[in-house]
Amino acid sequence: MDIQSLVDEIPVEGEYSLEGIDFISSGEQYLTFQLGSEQYAVNILSVEEIRSWETPTIIPNSPIDVKGVINMRGIIVPIVDLRIKFSIGEVNYLETTVVVVLKVELEDSTRTIGFVVDAVSDVLNTEDDEIKKSPAFGGSVPHYYIDGLVNVGDNVVTLLNVQALQSIKPHE
Amino acid sequence: MSIDLSQFIPSFLEESFEGLELMESSLLSLEQGDTETINSIFRAAHSIKGGAGTFGFDAVTEFTHLVETLLDEMRDGRRDIAQGDIEILLDSVDCMRLLVMSIKEDTTCEDEKIIEVTAQLEATLKGSDISSIAETSNIQVNNETASDQTTWLIEFIPEHHLVKTGNDPQFLFNALADLGEVSIEANSSELPALNDMDPEELYLSWSITLVADIDIEEIKEVFEWVEDECQLTITKKQIPSSQDNNNTPQVKTDNPLLINEPSTAESTNNKQNNVQADESAPPIAKTTEPELKVKPAAATVKTTKPKADVGSIRVGVDKVDSLINLMGELVITQSMLSELGNDFDLSKVERLNRGLEQLLQNTKELQESVMRIRMLPISFAFNRFPRLIHDLSKKTGKQIELILKGEQTELDKTVMEQIGDPLVHLVRNAVDHGIESTDVRLANGKPEQGTIILNAYHQGGSIVIEISDDGGGINREAVFNKAIEKGIVDGNTSLTDSQVFDLILEPGFSTAKELSDISGRGVGMDVVKKNIQSLGGRIQIESTEGKGSTFKVHLPLTLAILDGQLVRVGSEIYIIPLITIVESLQAQSELINRVSGDMVVYRLREDNVPVLPIYQLFNLEAETKEVEGSLLVVVEAEDQKIGLMVDDLLAQQQVVIKSLNENYQQVEGISGATILGDGSVAMILDIPGIIQMAQNNALKSFNHKTDKLTYSEEVTH
Amino acid sequence: MTKILVVDDSNSIRDMVCFTLKSAGYDTVEANDGQQGLNKAKMGSFDLVISDVNMPNMDGITLCSELRKLPSFKFTPILMLTTESSGDMKQRGKAAGATGWLVKPFNPEKLIATIKRVV
Repeated sequence: MDIQSLVDEIPVEGEYSLEGIDFISSGEQYLTFQLGSEQYAVNILSVEEIRSWETPTIIPNSPIDVKGVINMRGIIVPIVDLRIKFSIGEVNYLETTVVVVLKVELEDSTRTIGFVVDAVSDVLNTEDDEIKKSPAFGGSVPHYYIDGLVNVGDNVVTLLNVQALQSIKPHE
Repeated sequence: MSIDLSQFIPSFLEESFEGLELMESSLLSLEQGDTETINSIFRAAHSIKGGAGTFGFDAVTEFTHLVETLLDEMRDGRRDIAQGDIEILLDSVDCMRLLVMSIKEDTTCEDEKIIEVTAQLEATLKGSDISSIAETSNIQVNNETASDQTTWLIEFIPEHHLVKTGNDPQFLFNALADLGEVSIEANSSELPALNDMDPEELYLSWSITLVADIDIEEIKEVFEWVEDECQLTITKKQIPSSQDNNNTPQVKTDNPLLINEPSTAESTNNKQNNVQADESAPPIAKTTEPELKVKPAAATVKTTKPKADVGSIRVGVDKVDSLINLMGELVITQSMLSELGNDFDLSKVERLNRGLEQLLQNTKELQESVMRIRMLPISFAFNRFPRLIHDLSKKTGKQIELILKGEQTELDKTVMEQIGDPLVHLVRNAVDHGIESTDVRLANGKPEQGTIILNAYHQGGSIVIEISDDGGGINREAVFNKAIEKGIVDGNTSLTDSQVFDLILEPGFSTAKELSDISGRGVGMDVVKKNIQSLGGRIQIESTEGKGSTFKVHLPLTLAILDGQLVRVGSEIYIIPLITIVESLQAQSELINRVSGDMVVYRLREDNVPVLPIYQLFNLEAETKEVEGSLLVVVEAEDQKIGLMVDDLLAQQQVVIKSLNENYQQVEGISGATILGDGSVAMILDIPGIIQMAQNNALKSFNHKTDKLTYSEEVTH
Repeated sequence: MTKILVVDDSNSIRDMVCFTLKSAGYDTVEANDGQQGLNKAKMGSFDLVISDVNMPNMDGITLCSELRKLPSFKFTPILMLTTESSGDMKQRGKAAGATGWLVKPFNPEKLIATIKRVV
């Protein structure tokens, strides 16, 4: 898949340009991506950039899901492998492996972190009432990361909470 | 015309904070009869009030007005400088700071302290006689109210010396003409004979008819500056304005020649040419613009919120000049190089090298100059301490003298801003836990007054700030026992004095028998240590029981750039700050020893330096795993040498320090990251942190062993 | 062009006064205390002097009386920019030869309007 063409398709805030989809302004847009065979999504407004995988510089003694840091235009950005964090799928680094860089507004600062995913798939539009509560049991993804579930055709997309994603475990 | 002055708000705020600091430090050193100091305090308050009034910051204006009134009385000698007044003024400075801060942050300030201090100021002022001097005026007002197109009759008889104060009737008439239609008649009956006349005196008087829809106050305002130097009669005439318009504006002059050219004697100034009656009158009569009114526009200055504070630095002109000079040199080098490139051949390699050399030199000097711009004397951080000591001394009843040394030592502005709070905490700690109460001091044969010394000096590439007190010192046993009790250390551990003192800086430690509101609640010292570490610095404690303690804070001069040695471990590149490196060497097997179990030490002259393989510390893959023959970079921090084992030594270069905290978090053993020439990221090693890590690891594995031992004993029983 | 000497120890006030005057088409020269003001006055001629009263080194009142001693400033309008609107301060200013006073809070429109009375 050509990542850049997908990136170009991501509409900026207030710009509804994707063809063939009815946009109703009360809903939100999400960027969906694959972890293993599962579909996940994050709010598109927090997506800063989609990059191809590059080997980062190791952070000593970091948790195993923190792969290291990269230089993104002079900013040091940590890279977290979501597949390791959530124990989903196989951890390998292929040509399609991409890094979704999210920028999260916190109370008094912003944090930019890159997340390794298997592939970026699509932009999803949902109405608030389409978002269903996630069952509070089972699964390897802790429930506080999950904002809800959305049915897309036969598939289920898990909406991830961006604020929760940015919290990093302290080093041992 | 509307003039927006809001762009000046940030500079007003900055100036106000500076003024407040000056007020505070001056108040603390103020002595009876010191008029120069009281004047400078007054001026600072006065400027703040003036600026605040301009921007419509009424809360500041009103409050400062009270302060200014009190200061004015002191300045005039109407009031003695009592200690109580100084306390009120110091509190007032705090309030003003709160108020100015609230402007900066665009919030409303509703601190109770302001109400309280306002009441105190008012009470203090009421105690003295502040009867204002009644304004004198010899204006006779015949009619107060104005109606549509009122005709005013103005009799203006200036005193002879009027022009000597720079006033000029013509401009007054111009101003009247701005109010409405005027006709002016000059009366020259007072004119003396030519021989008797002083060319610098004014002998004319005028009758002016003004037709305008205005209030008498507006006319009076025009004559505001001359009211003491003239007889002015303003009368309202009830003639309809239409009739008045028929009066051809004209000036009758009986003897124009006589008052001609009073300025011939004053050829340098031609202003008073205008007094010439024959020329001056017609233009006045012509300028009739009734719609243009001069009205005091009260609230036209918008107090728009200052834009997001980006901070600013005041830079000495010399620093800027040196930058410009360096820029000039850089441009010359650049043009030299580009000329060289136009038709380059190998015969010019020598010149190219020279040029590149020069470029390197220029860049380095430019960098140093730019860094110097950010450097400020530490007095900016020190100047709040006299006040702090003053307040703490009052609160605790301890008599304390503060001595400041090395105030001119320069430090990066960012470091300065962040070191302020930790320093305050250390000083509070010195007052609270260091200096003993007066009776204890006397009993121990010490002077009643305790001393706290703040000292700053440069040492290598860092700045050292010392906070010393001549108090009771740290009780080693008490600290150690407390630490055991709190579970911070194991009772069997043997620690050096300085290791024991360092326990004070551990989280959850507090030796104060009772909590006090001065040093906080035992949460402070570990935060101090953390803050200093996050600045890339460290803190060191020296103490002698009965004699006092010294806290030494070592900080890097700047947070932005570092001279580093690049080293490789496996596939990773690390940067070791050059300043920490003692030497780099290849380990010779005969100098390697193993001691106390499995610790490897290397004999470096007289020292036994523990060897620390970075790959082990950071859990990396590395090429070199054996100490024998490996490359050791011997570094030193906190009087502890340590040999870092690396795979390869690479280049030395300056690196720009980037924070890991911004998007990640503090990492043990790492002080930051940088971006190398090829765009990749490299970690900068935090040498004191690494030594600490190694010590903790050793302690942990020791405790681990003893735990195991206990466990196995239990099992056998 | 009308040239005005502005003397004030407060940067922000000085900046604002000069900004206002320049917006109205006047030419300004700045000085940050009475002494500097006097030096600048000696080096050039001005059509108007606007000075603060409270300043270090030399206050506005002294500046005013010093200026009046200079032949070229004998008749030059001198306005005192002050927050002290008390009669006392006005009397002292007048005694020193001041032409008038501008009472702070400083208001740009009013400044322009009032200085028309003297230049």
